Amino acid sequence: MESSSSAAAAVAAEREPTVSQKEQWALESQVFHIYQLLYNIPPNSQAAMLELQRDSHMEYLVKGLLHLGPSFSVLDANRPWICYWIFHSIALLGESVDIALENNTIDFLSRCQDQHGGYGGGPGQMPHLATTYAAVNTLITIGGQNSLASINRAKIYSFLRRMKHTSGGFSMHEGGEVDVRACYTAISVASVLNILDEELVQGVGNYIVSCQTYEGGIAGEPGSEAHGGYTFCGLATMIIINEVNRLNLASLTDWLVFRQGVEGGFQGRTNKLVDGCYSFWQGGAAALIQRLHAAAAGSASSEVSDDEDSSDREEGQPSDDESSILIRRHTETEPLFQSQALQQYILLCSQVEGGFRDKPGKNRDHYHTCYCLSGLSVAQYSRSKDADSAPLPGSLLGPYSNLVEPVNPLYNIVLDQYDEARDFFSKAPAL
Amino acid sequence: MFRIRSKVKYKKTNKRRDSPPSAEIEMDSDEDVSTVLPLSQRPEWSDITPVPQNDGPNPVVPIAYSEQFAETMSYFRAVYLADERSVRTLLLTAEAIHLNAGNYTVWQFRRVIIEALNADLHDEFDLVEQLASKNSKNYQLWHHRRWVAEKLGTEAVSRELEFTKKIFLNDAKHYHAWSHRQWVLLNLGGWEDELAYCNELLEVDIFNNSAWNQRYFVITRHPKLGGIEATLDSEVDYTIKAILTKPENESSWRYLRGLYKNNMQSFVTNPKIPTLCLDVLTSKVYPVFALSLLLDLISNGFEPNQDLKNAVEAVVPESNSQGLDIAATICTVLEIIDRMRVNYWGWRKNNLRSQVAEGVANLSIH
Ligand SMILES: [Zn+2]
Repeated sequence: MESSSSAAAAVAAEREPTVSQKEQWALESQVFHIYQLLYNIPPNSQAAMLELQRDSHMEYLVKGLLHLGPSFSVLDANRPWICYWIFHSIALLGESVDIALENNTIDFLSRCQDQHGGYGGGPGQMPHLATTYAAVNTLITIGGQNSLASINRAKIYSFLRRMKHTSGGFSMHEGGEVDVRACYTAISVASVLNILDEELVQGVGNYIVSCQTYEGGIAGEPGSEAHGGYTFCGLATMIIINEVNRLNLASLTDWLVFRQGVEGGFQGRTNKLVDGCYSFWQGGAAALIQRLHAAAAGSASSEVSDDEDSSDREEGQPSDDESSILIRRHTETEPLFQSQALQQYILLCSQVEGGFRDKPGKNRDHYHTCYCLSGLSVAQYSRSKDADSAPLPGSLLGPYSNLVEPVNPLYNIVLDQYDEARDFFSKAPAL
Repeated sequence: MFRIRSKVKYKKTNKRRDSPPSAEIEMDSDEDVSTVLPLSQRPEWSDITPVPQNDGPNPVVPIAYSEQFAETMSYFRAVYLADERSVRTLLLTAEAIHLNAGNYTVWQFRRVIIEALNADLHDEFDLVEQLASKNSKNYQLWHHRRWVAEKLGTEAVSRELEFTKKIFLNDAKHYHAWSHRQWVLLNLGGWEDELAYCNELLEVDIFNNSAWNQRYFVITRHPKLGGIEATLDSEVDYTIKAILTKPENESSWRYLRGLYKNNMQSFVTNPKIPTLCLDVLTSKVYPVFALSLLLDLISNGFEPNQDLKNAVEAVVPESNSQGLDIAATICTVLEIIDRMRVNYWGWRKNNLRSQVAEGVANLSIH
């Protein structure tokens, strides 16, 4: 085999760094400066530096529930989201708020519930799939009879049916955009409320498959660029509807593992900067892939039916039970990402005094707080044998007090709350 | 990804209530300042009773709205509930959108009004462009723009292509703008210069993965290029050149692999691919992607020659890989040099047998 002579010439043609390179190098130097501080201090100080600042996070979160300044007006159509980001963060920390505040939240969300089904971004707004997902997940996270019973399943079902699009996907709202997010939020809500049926599932798999790109990840729409958020949404959706083997999982896995940057955090797309929120979108997807691998490896001897069976099964037949077993299954496989490196990025680069942020230099917000903590949970439990058993020694970075609650990564709900909801809705009457 | 990217600033709203009354709605480009007369003082709104937000006695996540925000939304709720489709409600939706471009209910009602009044769609471009100049990372704005472009049809093409180009000057990886551009191309046309545009962007920043993705979109969907089969050779040459310029650029490697997504036979039989791997491995610049591609080749039935095997082993001379076959050696080398993905390469190594079997099985199908 002859080496092409143009190679040396091409490599020699060095040029000015591009925008992508300059941005990447600037971030790397900032992050490594922070890590250098860590490496240069004695071990007991290191533990302090790596500590999860629980009290200040709680203070920031509870304050958000009680008061948001005028600048939050730009999130006025996302208030159930703010509820979810805050309540889920609090649940991940293993904390809770007082009962009055919980009841106020149930009452507030019921005011966002549309009379014809689904939740809007605030009282009087049109129902929207994403805020429906956020409201339902919040109410499940609060838990208890009052909270769970406040969700009108029958009307949500009719809302979901109305949002079904001819492409097989879903519209975000009446006249709204169709994308992978809409598929995920619709299917996730239907699954967790035990109202998923063939009509809802029909065509979803085709739509998601059409969004997997040549890179391996999943895009928001067919033709768009592979993206961490949509990859999580698409993958979780395919698992819930039991069609995950229709995706090219080898290329998806390969794309996914390359999203973890030298900084330890995840980037959302190839050659973009790392960002704390992808700790969950990519880390959660990696956790799902890890369980799929474990299921495939253990299928011969395991009580869980083989993945490959799914091709024989009638397509589009929901099997919530199987995805639930997948989440719970005993796994001895190693995570596909560097868990310690991810935890280090979250704790040192995203964590601030009360809340989390995208990266050094950015401001904290509730969204990043929620998804950094979710990612921290995924990382901490990535080497646990069972979904809810304590992490193996050495898989937790920082002091033991850093340990947060485990989540069900398909829905991003804390596992105990998910179990309660699953039990509650499995006993609910059929529609 | 679900986040609304609007910058949340901890700044007091600066209200200038002493401004002269004006029938014209002025929308200041400064987001903190507006000079409009309160709706309650405008005669044309005197017949409307505003509907306050039903937040309940003890709302959570309550937002301390500015007076202007609260009032505008209360008037909006009133006319939305009454389903009033009129010129004044059309203007009101613009005011509300300027206060919060993320309110999809307002946008949707605006579209209903536009249809009812048969209003001039060209006004929508100004609205969207004003908003985009402040913050363009917003689903509603792009959805609205798409809706307008769809209604206008082919006359919208050049305007939309220019609009997205302008966005890319500031942010060449803008996700919404790329989706919009693709939608325009697919549904309204305008493909003529698209490949040249991709070249241009990659010339400026070869690491721009969005531009690579767009390039893939063009060669697979362009109605006249003949698809990936017709362009494969020239695309492979282009990409190989790009890789040799920056072997650490993942985008170009993924693009090359993507060209063969549905054509394993050509992938394993084109001698240019292993030559590329050899060139990069012997140049000792950044071997991870070359090794990864070589592993893919082998998993799909390719048999490397001795030069390649030597080049692989030379990456980490001290790695103790004697006795391992070449695929396992590649995995071992990657485990050593690509620590972030050590578990992944270990997993690939464990699955080599089934991968090769699968790869060969796939080959026989094609
Ligand atoms: Zn982020």
